[in-house]
Amino acid sequence: MSRCDKERVNKNLIKSLMSNLLTYTIFLPLVGGILIFFYDRKKVTAIKVFGMAMSVLTFILSLLLYIGFDAANPGIQFQHKVLWISGLNISYNVGIDGLSLLLVMLTTFLTPIALLSSWKSIEKRVKEYTIMMLFLEVGMLGVFSALDMFLFYVFWEAMLIPMYFIIGVWGGGNRIYAAIKFFIYTMFGSLLMLVAIIWLGYYASTQPNGQFTTDLMQLYNIGPTIPVTIQSWMFLAFTLSFAIKVPLFPFHTWLPDAHVEAPTAGSVILAGVLLKMGTYGLLRFSIPLFPQATMEFMPYMASLAVIGIIYGALVSMVQTDIKKLVAYSSVSHLGFVVLGIFALTEEGIQGAIIQMVNHGLSTGALFLIVGMIYERRHTREIVEFGGLAKVMPLFSTFFMIVSLSSIGLPGLNGFVGEFLILLGSFRSPFLSQWFTIFAATGVIFAAVYLLWMYQRVIFGKITNPLNNNLLDLSKREIAVLVPVLVFIVWIGVYPNTFLKQSASTTKQIVSTLTQKPLPRLATSEQSGVSINAQVK
Amino acid sequence: MIQFAPYIHIVTIFSWIAAGSLSISAAYQVDQLSILMTLIVTGVGFLIHVYSIGYMHGDKGFWRFFAYLNLFIFMMLNLVLADNFLLMFLGWEGVGLCSYLLIGFWHDKKFDTGGYKPGEATTSDAAKKAFIVNRIGDFGFLIAMFLIFKLFGSLTFEDVFSRASAVTMSGDQTMFWITLLLFLGATGKSAQIPLFVWLPDAMAGPTPVSALIHAATMVTAGVYMVARCSVLYALAPASMEIVAIIGIATAFFAATMGLVQNDIKKILAYSTISQLGYMFLGLGVGAFASGIFHVMTHAFFKALLFLGAGAVIHAIHEEQDIQNMGGLKSKMPTTYMTFFIAALAIAGIPPLSGFFSKDEILWKAFSEGSVIYFILGWITAGLTAFYMFRLVSLTFEGKERWSHDKHPHEAPKVMTVPLIILAVLSVIGGFVGIPHALGGGNAIEQWLEPVFERANLHLASGHHSSLTAEYILMILSVLVGVAGIYFARKLYLQKPEMVEKYAASFRSMHKLLWNKYFVDEVYDTTVVTPIVKGSDKLLWKGFDVGIIDGIVNGSAKLTAWVSSGMRKIQFGAVQNYAMVFVVGIIIILGILIFR
Repeated sequence: MSRCDKERVNKNLIKSLMSNLLTYTIFLPLVGGILIFFYDRKKVTAIKVFGMAMSVLTFILSLLLYIGFDAANPGIQFQHKVLWISGLNISYNVGIDGLSLLLVMLTTFLTPIALLSSWKSIEKRVKEYTIMMLFLEVGMLGVFSALDMFLFYVFWEAMLIPMYFIIGVWGGGNRIYAAIKFFIYTMFGSLLMLVAIIWLGYYASTQPNGQFTTDLMQLYNIGPTIPVTIQSWMFLAFTLSFAIKVPLFPFHTWLPDAHVEAPTAGSVILAGVLLKMGTYGLLRFSIPLFPQATMEFMPYMASLAVIGIIYGALVSMVQTDIKKLVAYSSVSHLGFVVLGIFALTEEGIQGAIIQMVNHGLSTGALFLIVGMIYERRHTREIVEFGGLAKVMPLFSTFFMIVSLSSIGLPGLNGFVGEFLILLGSFRSPFLSQWFTIFAATGVIFAAVYLLWMYQRVIFGKITNPLNNNLLDLSKREIAVLVPVLVFIVWIGVYPNTFLKQSASTTKQIVSTLTQKPLPRLATSEQSGVSINAQVK
Repeated sequence: MIQFAPYIHIVTIFSWIAAGSLSISAAYQVDQLSILMTLIVTGVGFLIHVYSIGYMHGDKGFWRFFAYLNLFIFMMLNLVLADNFLLMFLGWEGVGLCSYLLIGFWHDKKFDTGGYKPGEATTSDAAKKAFIVNRIGDFGFLIAMFLIFKLFGSLTFEDVFSRASAVTMSGDQTMFWITLLLFLGATGKSAQIPLFVWLPDAMAGPTPVSALIHAATMVTAGVYMVARCSVLYALAPASMEIVAIIGIATAFFAATMGLVQNDIKKILAYSTISQLGYMFLGLGVGAFASGIFHVMTHAFFKALLFLGAGAVIHAIHEEQDIQNMGGLKSKMPTTYMTFFIAALAIAGIPPLSGFFSKDEILWKAFSEGSVIYFILGWITAGLTAFYMFRLVSLTFEGKERWSHDKHPHEAPKVMTVPLIILAVLSVIGGFVGIPHALGGGNAIEQWLEPVFERANLHLASGHHSSLTAEYILMILSVLVGVAGIYFARKLYLQKPEMVEKYAASFRSMHKLLWNKYFVDEVYDTTVVTPIVKGSDKLLWKGFDVGIIDGIVNGSAKLTAWVSSGMRKIQFGAVQNYAMVFVVGIIIILGILIFR
């Protein structure tokens, strides 16, 4: 072989590697999980190290995606498409754009952290646990990259199974109730979505020259042509499923139970990534597929979001269990995200995307922190604590910074997202300003419930003698928290690094929604013009 | 129309947040106003840092204290130097955070709230209260920013202020709401009615913190913000009126509450609230420069008063009740002398600094505002002189009322030298603002002129500008100050038995003042308790657990009941289920494809 040929082969190899990079990233944890099957279950440390190594490797692969991502391009990148079920026109089709890039990164970033956080706390069935966590990662990455509705549905459902086991096997005392509640809630939603997916494919086949398809890019063109009444039903079927996942008020009651019973790592992934699938689904499917229905339902969605913001915060305030408090705070925070999405402005949607990441970091870190005191005291009741600043100064400092990030203090990540969302909803041409004004009260309540909890846990005198000899953070625990904190500060001080990744895709979504004159809006505008003409 | 270009130097560091049409830079603006504020912050801040070396000596959290204090200076400089609203907001919330951290610095220390949670509150309760009350104000600030962005498409000061008069149309209420909401922010940060309740509690923090944050700098941020937005306020006369009314009302009510307090720091806290009220009165009648002038002189003498109080508290082992003090002047002569000077300055005795700045505000309140403003301001001046010299008399003079196992002594040099420097500043600080009526040049007003030029264009000036009237008012305000001092000394030094008698004869009045008009209690029963109880009983246990989960679990039970009937067709062979399942899917798909 000549040198020239060799170079060409190398180039081709690199090219094919790069073009399949996304697929490798998605399935690397699957390979890792399968390999763990062959491990002796007694070699606990080896299994942990291997699982950790695979998840870190996945993160590194995703970094390559990040580096290779072209922020100026609003379209799909790293697409990999292979025909899967030819009769039904279903293909394995993955790719990422500005909407999904950061969520993919969040997933690959949080998985190793979750694994490291459970290094000590998971003692039984370590092998199965590690496998489940890796399989879960596959499902999550698949959900964020699937461009075929059927494939999306497969990943969406597949991911439920490991999560069900993580709660049901490694969870707390009432874990079975929580796991089943979680499963039924989300299954109920996704069944409706399945019906809607099949109907969409069928609708495509009724079009001139059409055939059954689940290809998202094709459906993007077909969706807006669906008559508005049917669109509304489709929108509701998809959105209900996503709303349960978010969770949007009033579909949120599975969340506190699931969180309280889930092990720490489960909560971190649940809050950090799983909830984002709901908001991601709204952005990826509900809105662009059914634009007219979106316009129709926008005020209702925004209302539920605002109710969720206030309701979640108020209910959070009166919780006695720290973990439940953080769980309800998620309802409030995700309310902000949904409000940002349905503002349908660039600021709102970009704020929503960055806020998804922020919530993953801040709330993920809060769950890590709750897990750390739970490991020490085996309780999460606020009244059991008090005065921890005395014995755990380092822990208290981390806790403070994370709480402030969740409160939305300027200079930390939470503020950037909340500000953009509120600004975006305030200048939204479709929403009344009262939505923003009510939503902004959530900023006050967030300070109330978090600082109050922080005060009762950390400040004051040590009232419970059991807390006298608590150990401060170990090196492992510091290693778990520091990476999250780096990003909490980074996004707060220089969010443009991340905002620019979603800018062009967001711009495209907003402009297709607002520039294509929708039939209903267009007529009203025309009539407005004609009235003006008459006056003249 | 004449375009004014005040000297502004803008330094852009980097682009902070850019999304959609929003683009915010981390950029700083240097002009006459921000220079003055920076000098106050760094100057007084430096002296208090030095003082703290002595005050915090031996404290376990020594390094933590200075870390927070420096973070505060950083945030405060962001606040006064920012060239846009959002960066100002970063500083605004940042100083609030430092205030929170420093009020609760000794977080397990018992703290007498004088009301709620008697006996069990710690300083962390006070810290939390400060943060949350400030957040309510910040809510106003946030909404105001949204309105500004909607109206101007920018949050940069120069973009907004240069176009303000062009975009304001008559009959449009936007500018009114913008300025009113900004002022809501100011009432939080600067402890004005209705959000002043956090400041007295904030005294739970170490005394240098009270001096720096809760007297000299942070609490004046609201004044700075309104002055910075002077042109917006000038375009919203109704807001100006509200600022003036809130200002004078706060000045008056806080002074009355200060009359009867016994905690040395709480007296100073109410005094701060009252003086901040004066500043807002100045702003509200359009005397922006006078408001800022008072910020400066107040920073000198109020910081001095707090630092002096700190020296006293240290000397008699953390005692703060002035009923247990007395006769300290011979033990701590430097502290006494400097404290006395500061008290004269705040009482408005010429030629000390407080006289010039307060008199300027009172004169403008009369000439640009209304007689009522002046009368209330004048009475407040008398009350101020009275409670300050009640404090001086009970603390430093008269009989020794502290137990004799305490051996009070003068503070070390590292603490007294800052006191002396601040005393000098309290004496001469007013000379930069000697009014024309007294043959001065009012240098500070001239210095600030370019900043307020745009605003002044919109303000009708001076209906009463007679020189005679100015002299008369000046004499009146000096007289009321002297009278306040005289009565306080007479009452507390010569006839202490009369105090009880007066208190008894005005029992209900005294009770009302002693309990600070029950404002904390009213807020507690009308706002805090209903929200907490309602969230617990109605929202969580009622709606969440009762109704929603009731429906979810109910439908699960229903399913279980139905399926127990269906059980009969289930025979337990998994293969058969799978078979039925697959066949079903094939049929459905088949129908879809081959239809």
